[in-house]
Amino acid sequence: MTVTKEESGQEGADDNGDMSGGGDAYVPSRRRLERERYQRTRARRATAIAALSTLVTAVVLYLVVVGAPGWPRTKETFFSGQYAREAFPKVLEGLWLNVRLLFVCGVAVLVLGMLIAVARTLRGPVFFPLRVLAAAYTDFFRGLPLIINLMIVVLGVPALRLQGVTVDPVLLGGTALTLTYSAYVAEVFRAGIESVHPSQRAAARSLGLSNRQALRYVVLPQAVRRQVPPLLNDLVSLQKDTGLVSIGGAIDAVRAADIIVGRSLNYTPYIVAGLVFVALTIPMTRFTDWVTARMDGRRAQGGTT
Amino acid sequence: MSDAPVLRMESVRKTFGGSVVLRDVDLEVAPHTVTALIGASGSGKSTLLRCANLLEDIDDGAIWLDGEEITDPRTDQDAVRRRIGVVFQSYNLFPHMTVLENITLAPRRVHGVARAEAEERARELLERLGLGARAGEYPDRLSGGQQQRVAIARALAVRPRLLLLDEITAALDPELVGEVLNVVRDLKGDGMTMVLATHEMGFAREVADQVCFLDGGVVLERGTAEQIFGDPRRERTRRFLRRIVEAGRL
Repeated sequence: MTVTKEESGQEGADDNGDMSGGGDAYVPSRRRLERERYQRTRARRATAIAALSTLVTAVVLYLVVVGAPGWPRTKETFFSGQYAREAFPKVLEGLWLNVRLLFVCGVAVLVLGMLIAVARTLRGPVFFPLRVLAAAYTDFFRGLPLIINLMIVVLGVPALRLQGVTVDPVLLGGTALTLTYSAYVAEVFRAGIESVHPSQRAAARSLGLSNRQALRYVVLPQAVRRQVPPLLNDLVSLQKDTGLVSIGGAIDAVRAADIIVGRSLNYTPYIVAGLVFVALTIPMTRFTDWVTARMDGRRAQGGTT
Repeated sequence: MSDAPVLRMESVRKTFGGSVVLRDVDLEVAPHTVTALIGASGSGKSTLLRCANLLEDIDDGAIWLDGEEITDPRTDQDAVRRRIGVVFQSYNLFPHMTVLENITLAPRRVHGVARAEAEERARELLERLGLGARAGEYPDRLSGGQQQRVAIARALAVRPRLLLLDEITAALDPELVGEVLNVVRDLKGDGMTMVLATHEMGFAREVADQVCFLDGGVVLERGTAEQIFGDPRRERTRRFLRRIVEAGRL
């Protein structure tokens, strides 16, 4: 198995015409076979050790948890099968709201974040106020705790009784999330824009592209590509934080759990809601890791920056 | 436009912070001629080219392109750059675009050429530069010499009036230098007006109609290639050339 793997790797790696040993029949030497036999024994031993130590750890953990003095009460309050069954469908129903919020806010955040990032790079005296506003916006909303932002928007704004302004906690909550997250995302985009080497802009300008065209066709595409991993990271974060709109009474996964907890004084529904969020974010984080690894791999292959 | 200079510089001065990079530089480039700028690193060759393309603002003096003063602050700088092609030492290809997209970007977006037409012209150029099969590749799949030839094709795609070449072989492995210089030779044959900053003295001697020796931001000596390389008048020019010969580069 090792043999084929190495050979195909070599073939894929060089297509510059560098001769690699020719195509004649290759017979692994005895030295190599011996080496591989030794490595296989080592690998088998390592697997056995890992399995054993995992088993021991699991048993010890189980005994410690179950044997702890508060375990029966904990189990009843946090891990009640009855309440879990009751809560699960309601939590899932609520989760649909979180997913929709994530989607709508995600799009809004990307658009707004990009606009703010671009506003900060604009040159020329006309844009001075725009630059200052964009900078002030990011400074403010990155520093403001999200929970305070949400309370002001979701609870405070309806208290104004303004005509034509919604009091829907979902819309207001989504607005608050968008305000905060677009500040984060704007900074991610800005870092991306600044990471594109000035020589790229110089090359674009020397072809006669205007400043705006250079930004659109040369700088931004490279900036966005580079920032995909941190952007996905922010989206994972946003996904969790959609749960915070429950403070305004919107019935999302968190609120659905909350209602049952309030009635039963059993905390299992919180655990259920929490696990549902975790289950939702895991694919996303794995996807982020995969994208990041792929991009790093490409760079390591000698891609130009 | 007959024999009036394509590019003219008069008393150009350029400073970076406190240091004077170009001092009182005069230059005239006649149509269909090749001007070579030689001199040690830091003598101001690259800066001179960047000023000619308005990538740098000059502090004093004036520059004309086809008789039009381009250093007038009211000039449309983008319009000036459209008429000048530049090839950089580090290629500066756009890594997120294929070879074909690199070459057609400016014709399509700046000159409003239709996509099919721009691509046809790009393929012609690539064919001429021996890169016909590479149109769909991304730059990082190409060798340095191939990348630099793509960069030349990109600069030529907009049919520039003047081509500026900034030490275009300096980053290349020795065995790749020749393929790029051949392209420049061909361009001279086509009558392209060029200004090149170079360390390839043999090449400068061969293709240049005019050679300028820069030293400390001043054009210390200028003349035909024969005169500068065969019979330099200034002691500093002689010393510079002697060092080059000692290094085996001439």
